[in-house]
Amino acid sequence: MATLNDYLLASGLLFTVGFAGVLLRRNIIIIFMALELMLNAANLSLVGFSRFHTHAGLPDYNAQVLVFFIITVAAAEVTVGLAVIVALFRAKQTTHIEDLNSLKF
Amino acid sequence: MPTALFWIFVIFMLFFGVMVVVNRNPVASAMSLVVCFLGLAALYISLDAFFLGVIQILVYAGAVMVLFLFIIMLLDLKAEQRRHFNLIAMFGGIVVVVLFVKVLFDVCYGFQGGNAVFPAIHNTEHGDTWQVGMALFQQYKLPLQMIGALVVVASVGAVLLSKRELK
Amino acid sequence: MNSAPWIILFAPLLAAAAIVIATQPLKKLSSYLSVAAVAVSFVFALVVFGSSGVQDVSFNWIDLGVFQVRIGYLIDDFSRMMLLVVTGVGLLIHIYSIGYMHDDRGRSRYFAGLSLFMFSMLGIVLANNFIMMFIFWELVGVSSYILIGHWFERPSAADAANKALIVNRIGDFGFMLGILMVWSASGTVMFGELSSKWSSLGLGAGYATIAAIMIFCGAVGKSAQFPLHVWLPDAMEGPTPVSALIHAATMVAAGVYMLARVYFLFAGSAAALSIVLWIGVITSLLAALMATQQSDIKRILAYSTLSQLGLMVSAVGLGVPVAALFHLFTHASFKALLFLGAGSVIHSLHNEQNIWQMGGLQKKMPVTFWTFLIATLALSGCPPLAGFWSKDGIVAAAFDHNAAAALVISVINFFTAFYMARLFIVAFLGAPRTETASHAHESPRVMTVPLLLLAIPSVIAGFPAISHIFFPEAEEAGPSIPAMLVSVAVFLAGICAGLALYRGKDSDPISIPLFANRFYIDEFYSVLVKWTQDALAGIAAFVDRWVIDGGLVRGLGGTTWGFGFALRFLQIGNLQAYAFLFGFGVVLLLYLILFAT
Repeated sequence: MATLNDYLLASGLLFTVGFAGVLLRRNIIIIFMALELMLNAANLSLVGFSRFHTHAGLPDYNAQVLVFFIITVAAAEVTVGLAVIVALFRAKQTTHIEDLNSLKF
Repeated sequence: MPTALFWIFVIFMLFFGVMVVVNRNPVASAMSLVVCFLGLAALYISLDAFFLGVIQILVYAGAVMVLFLFIIMLLDLKAEQRRHFNLIAMFGGIVVVVLFVKVLFDVCYGFQGGNAVFPAIHNTEHGDTWQVGMALFQQYKLPLQMIGALVVVASVGAVLLSKRELK
Repeated sequence: MNSAPWIILFAPLLAAAAIVIATQPLKKLSSYLSVAAVAVSFVFALVVFGSSGVQDVSFNWIDLGVFQVRIGYLIDDFSRMMLLVVTGVGLLIHIYSIGYMHDDRGRSRYFAGLSLFMFSMLGIVLANNFIMMFIFWELVGVSSYILIGHWFERPSAADAANKALIVNRIGDFGFMLGILMVWSASGTVMFGELSSKWSSLGLGAGYATIAAIMIFCGAVGKSAQFPLHVWLPDAMEGPTPVSALIHAATMVAAGVYMLARVYFLFAGSAAALSIVLWIGVITSLLAALMATQQSDIKRILAYSTLSQLGLMVSAVGLGVPVAALFHLFTHASFKALLFLGAGSVIHSLHNEQNIWQMGGLQKKMPVTFWTFLIATLALSGCPPLAGFWSKDGIVAAAFDHNAAAALVISVINFFTAFYMARLFIVAFLGAPRTETASHAHESPRVMTVPLLLLAIPSVIAGFPAISHIFFPEAEEAGPSIPAMLVSVAVFLAGICAGLALYRGKDSDPISIPLFANRFYIDEFYSVLVKWTQDALAGIAAFVDRWVIDGGLVRGLGGTTWGFGFALRFLQIGNLQAYAFLFGFGVVLLLYLILFAT
């Protein structure tokens, strides 16, 4: 049987993959997708804990409600983020992240 | 769920996660992400979170990733060419990732409580959808309404941002 | 009886207050108020003189437990004699001033200043503790400043007033240090207690000597000893009655009076006494030499005062403070007479002060002439006038204690006779040298009567029978014949030398620039002050510009700016760099929290 530690390990590795994607990729859409990976890794560990802490024979549904909210917020974030990227693309004609550096000193 | 199945789904998920990061073609990346979410949903189901597993597929794989693909098509992104490597940035990134993995392993192996088996669950006459729904509409009424408002704001924001000129 | 000293002390203060507050426009009333106050003080001084025994009364003025300032009076032989001198000479000078300042526009201010001065001086005379004496010491300095600068529109007068106050202040600084040393060693400042306690305190010789020298600094400033003598000649810028009262008879004598009062502080320390003696002798000699070459009648008299004060201080140094006070007593009368006589001459010659512009005043101003002659002879030490007896006391003591000092003092007496003869011959004898001199006339009676009255003590105050009334405790050492012979010899020598050199001359046959320019001490002081001030100003400018402006103000600003400049380079606009730093920070934090603590 898988233990909680295994699920946490899986979640952590998924997070690491996502974080590596954010650091190493140049295309902004790919970076955004890697960001989604990180969010989902957090969701996985939440669900794992929800199953682990049971009350009266039932899992702790507070964590599952939180996961629900996280999914919703992530969806909203993707919406607005992609709208921003589209607007940026219209302005700069590029999705390469190193070209988006107008906020330097 | 048998342990073997668990590990298969984990490797599945991680492999496609790495595919997301590694692929040069953005469409291929998006597709890999969809499959990764499938694996994740299977893991949710293995944790008896049936409602969340379905929601994950419906919302994430069904809506969010479709949105991503729409945008990729809209911007007509081609596969990335090989650009010159910025060695310092790569090195920095790899260092951080390695450190993070190390911390992760240390934490996980230090967490003694996590080695226990999951406790047993008694199936009640209501499934977990009912349970989550009740929790959502009774204890978390206010956050639910706020999330609703948030989604509306996001939609309005998206519409505004995509206009050609803000009049 | 108990309230007599308070009346003596406060009557002039009330007059001064009344003049300042109320009667300033009414000049004649102000002058009469001032004279009346001094007359009241004089009458009560006579009453006090009639009493006997020692009275030491005081009450707490400030009482803070550990710190007490007491105001009181000490009536003993010294203060009885001094009260009479101060109020008596003061009264005569007040009356004289009514005539001398008749046409002056600032008469009310003058008389207010004069009354304030009387109050302060009487405070010094009556004081029974160091703190009270110091308070009135400073008050006397202020009054002197007001009076010297009476004609303040003249820049020389304003400068002279400043100089007097500042030089006095330097001496007073040493005085204050001395008082503090005495106070911390013995725990008390009352003269009565100190005189009994001081010798039994078992202080180290060094400490006692230094405390005594510091106290002596006050006398050096107030009584214009070398090197703080420079203010007295310039103080002649004030009106002549002021010069007579303050700078001949009373204020400058305060230093000698104080030394006699606290002589017990010096008695145990031979080093301190020796310093006092030689400073007095040096002052006296330098002043006598400088006086032989001056042409301004008041300057000659000023240097003469300096010289006689030096003699008094050296008497204290020789261990005979009573002889010093005796000389102070006689000197007050004939020096005041000399100054008032000079004032009479100046007044009738329309403010001419150069002796080479005078001459032939014998027939024109007989009263002034004869009284001036009496005073000159008294000062020069002609027997049997007052000066002879008092100087003889000092010379005799010198012969007993210190032969070198005796020799120098005899030389000083020779010069005294010489320059006074020069002054008298040039200013009064011979033919008038200018038009104004030939039109001179005698001064009004309000001015000549004080001259006559002052001539009386100049003649008789020295006789042992008379002096015994004022100095009942003086030792009867018996006349010392060798000293008397030497004194008479130098007196005759000086007179003859003066007659030989100056009879019938129209200009000075001898010219010694060193003496005429007062040994260039004033020039040396101004260079010294300028040098010190430039150095201090340079240091202050450096600190202000580099340490405060540069280091603190610009340094702080520059540091902040530098930090901002350095940290600005983190904002490079590269999103992934930000993500990298963020992730690195998170990993570090995790590591620290989970594993290091």
